[in-house]
Amino acid sequence: MNSVINTENEYYPPAILEQIALMERESQGSAPVTGPVSRRNFMKVSAGAGGGLVLAFGLGLGEKADAQQAPGPGGPRPGGAPAAPQPINTNAYVRIAPDGRITLVSKNPEIGQGIKTAFGIIMAEELDAKWSDVTIEQAPIDSATYGQQFAGGSTSIPSAYNTLRNAGAAARAMLVAAAAKQWDVPESEITTSESVVRHAASNRSLTYGALATAAAALPAPTTAQVKVKDRKDWKLMGKRISGFDNPALVTGKPLFGVDVQLPNMKVAVYEKCPAVGGKVASANLDEIRKLPGVVDAFILEGNGQVAALMPGVAIVANNTWAALSAKKKLKVTWDETNASKDSWTALTAFAKEAAAKGAGLQELKKVGDVDAAFQGAKTVEAFYTFGFVSHATLEPQNTTAWYQKDPAGDKLEIWGSVQIPDSARTAAANVVGLAAGERRNFPNATLHQMRIGGGFGRRINNEYAVEAAAISKQAGGVPVKLMYTREDDLTHDFYRAGGFQALKGAVDEKGKLTAWAGHVISFNDGFAAAPPGGRQPGGVQGGGWPSPNEFPAEYTPNYRLTQTLTPIKTPCGPWRAPGSNTAAWVVQSFMHELSTAAKRDHAEFLLEVFGQKQAPVVAPGGFGGGGGGGLIPERAVATIKAVVERSGWGKPLPKGHFQGLAFHFSHQGHFAEVAEVSVDSKKKVTLHKMTVVGDIGPIVNMSSAENQVQGAVIDAFSTLALEVNIENGRIKEQNFDTYKLARMPIAPVVDVHFLDTTYPPTGLGEPALPPAGPAICNAIYAATRERIRTLPITRQGFSIA
Amino acid sequence: MAKVKLNVNGKDHEVELVDDQHPLLWVLRDELGLVGTKFGCGMAQCGACTVHLNGSPTRSCSVPAIAAVGQKITTIEGLAQNGVLTAVQKAWIDHDVPQCGYCQAGQIMSASALLREKKNPTDADIDSYMQGNLCRCGTYLRIRTAIKSAAKALNGSAS
Repeated sequence: MNSVINTENEYYPPAILEQIALMERESQGSAPVTGPVSRRNFMKVSAGAGGGLVLAFGLGLGEKADAQQAPGPGGPRPGGAPAAPQPINTNAYVRIAPDGRITLVSKNPEIGQGIKTAFGIIMAEELDAKWSDVTIEQAPIDSATYGQQFAGGSTSIPSAYNTLRNAGAAARAMLVAAAAKQWDVPESEITTSESVVRHAASNRSLTYGALATAAAALPAPTTAQVKVKDRKDWKLMGKRISGFDNPALVTGKPLFGVDVQLPNMKVAVYEKCPAVGGKVASANLDEIRKLPGVVDAFILEGNGQVAALMPGVAIVANNTWAALSAKKKLKVTWDETNASKDSWTALTAFAKEAAAKGAGLQELKKVGDVDAAFQGAKTVEAFYTFGFVSHATLEPQNTTAWYQKDPAGDKLEIWGSVQIPDSARTAAANVVGLAAGERRNFPNATLHQMRIGGGFGRRINNEYAVEAAAISKQAGGVPVKLMYTREDDLTHDFYRAGGFQALKGAVDEKGKLTAWAGHVISFNDGFAAAPPGGRQPGGVQGGGWPSPNEFPAEYTPNYRLTQTLTPIKTPCGPWRAPGSNTAAWVVQSFMHELSTAAKRDHAEFLLEVFGQKQAPVVAPGGFGGGGGGGLIPERAVATIKAVVERSGWGKPLPKGHFQGLAFHFSHQGHFAEVAEVSVDSKKKVTLHKMTVVGDIGPIVNMSSAENQVQGAVIDAFSTLALEVNIENGRIKEQNFDTYKLARMPIAPVVDVHFLDTTYPPTGLGEPALPPAGPAICNAIYAATRERIRTLPITRQGFSIA
Repeated sequence: MAKVKLNVNGKDHEVELVDDQHPLLWVLRDELGLVGTKFGCGMAQCGACTVHLNGSPTRSCSVPAIAAVGQKITTIEGLAQNGVLTAVQKAWIDHDVPQCGYCQAGQIMSASALLREKKNPTDADIDSYMQGNLCRCGTYLRIRTAIKSAAKALNGSAS
């Protein structure tokens, strides 16, 4: 079979991989790199429109970027005209107005991970700003100015941390310099706090606002001249700070993509073949066009790319209900010649056959000699299965697009809730045929980033943005909001791929792990013409293994990882901690099978495994996700020991309660978790408590960090009981009546603790999730002596609600 | 389809409906620009579209607008009076409840109704009342805490 070999992070689509690669180069410290980010030492200061300080920092194209004028970041107003262009400088992270208002610019999309507030905290800390003076603004999407702007892979904090600290510190340094000049005193005698500059000896002080215009006249310091704070001097970092957008959220202000309303805007729906890859043979378009409120209905042929534009029928209407009502009356005959015939039943049968053959078709990693090690040793064999799951973001996919005919070159304007905005912008511009410009930058395409009603990786793919743009163009250049129904959203997702793994492991007479063989059975892209060594855009992502070096590859004296792939057409994509979210379940469950076979305490067994590292870390970093790169055994050991202590592991529990332990490293986060469950006679699982210990370096916002962990535990528990069933290429679950996300009564106590370490900070959208599932499954085993080897757990008769 | 008059957040509005099934949700969002009330499922499964009809929590995606004629409709935009947030809204900010925030308008509308019905709800009362509101991010623990905190604030101010 001509198949694809998994490489590190391959489960992210090309767009995010390119961005991660660029980010990794950026993060290599101060050494200049080629390309537009090479001027990262560049800082520029200018006066704001009404006076005051505007600090441009970092990545700009200098004067050109400074000369640009940005549209209002608030985007359009409901029922009114789009916001008038405001005289703000796009090339700015920090703006201080003479009245003392401090505006900090957050460059990455807010998807619920709390990045907008976190970025504000990092800058405000170094600026010594009073938090109540601070406003945080979503940056325009402009990679020439801001570099990478995306939300994925828990990368926002690690990639932007130093840039933002320097921005805040530089602005502070300029305010200090302005005061020193004005008072004719040495800068070293000046202190700052709470947006005020002070000279104690002469008992003088000035607010940042009062100094802003004078500061703007001074030259900006270089990165090398800027000194960031010692950690002991932090005042905001690590505190509990309520999200900046919370007042707007609790009063129902328009923030999300779905809230966009433009003058003369139409609402569109788009019907695609229920089995991906089907084409429109015919549709009752004439009938649909006559329905009340319907403006137009037409067929889009598409470009055949799952992540761009697949064929379908668009209905454009005066309002949402007219569009939704018409969609119910739409009758389409599909040509399913090339459509998906995927069947979970058939894939499961394939996997069992493949597993029976022993090792897989491709070898991904080999250490020592597993076959020799298995001889005469105590061995355990198991076959693990996990189903497909949907992202089910509560805000259904949507985009507002406006294709504008223009003699000087047609334009495209997009308002979107997307995780990789520049990728959405260029994909849409490409499909509607906009002029590419230099470096395929599509200068006539603009994207306004909207708050995202749940990402979880779904909005790394942008087909809805492409569809909206294509519909707006075809409809004659009217602004169009494309709305997915919940049914559209659940049945046209880029699913967390299901998959299988056959495992065999061995322990020696002392109960020590000696050998581990894994055979991953997963998928490649059924639409691709067997591409050697590469995947087609929109192909299967997230179906395989995070990395050949994924734990325990480097911690087992004899290790073998092989894989067998079979093509599917069902679109798959990154889903919160892609690769890791299933790898952790397989590895940490099987690890518990081995410690159980060895009759060892599981914590002791796991600690021993982390103590037997076989080789140095293969690759440091590993920004995008899991893999062996970046796992530091000392950090793993510290989190496991701490969670054992905090959870009362091994100590008496309430009657009927049982514990399970798991550890996983992904996205630069080390997490150990202990689940405490009970299981009733009907096999209903109650999760009473989850104790979580994480090491992600210093915490930016403790409130948000705890919230992420609590949510990750609930998400993991919920997902243990979820699946989408695929037969004949079609998704069975259509709405929340059958795709039963967990509700409030299942929410356990979550005890969250972060180790206080000095490693660089990293993101928290993902790494707390992967160990939660196997911790719960290991606890279920402790309670019932039944091993969960199939997800969802409902397939083994268990339930959670 | 005829025009109907709706009373939303204390103001009368005349709106034109597509048909007699036209859900209140889409009238609020599309015709009145009140986009704080969210669409999540269209079949009263997720609670994101919760509004009050004469004070009762109602899934506006599944109620035709004509059924709301003559009733007092309250949306998330109508909770705060003269810019003063309610105890529930304040508690949501104090306890930093939202993650993505998409479900929170519906959660707050349900929680506000709960606290009108029960002054001191237990965890079980809260779970039972709030289980119609999904939160994909899993902020349930904070919602519980915020509701209790709001209850305490309301009871304190009443005594």
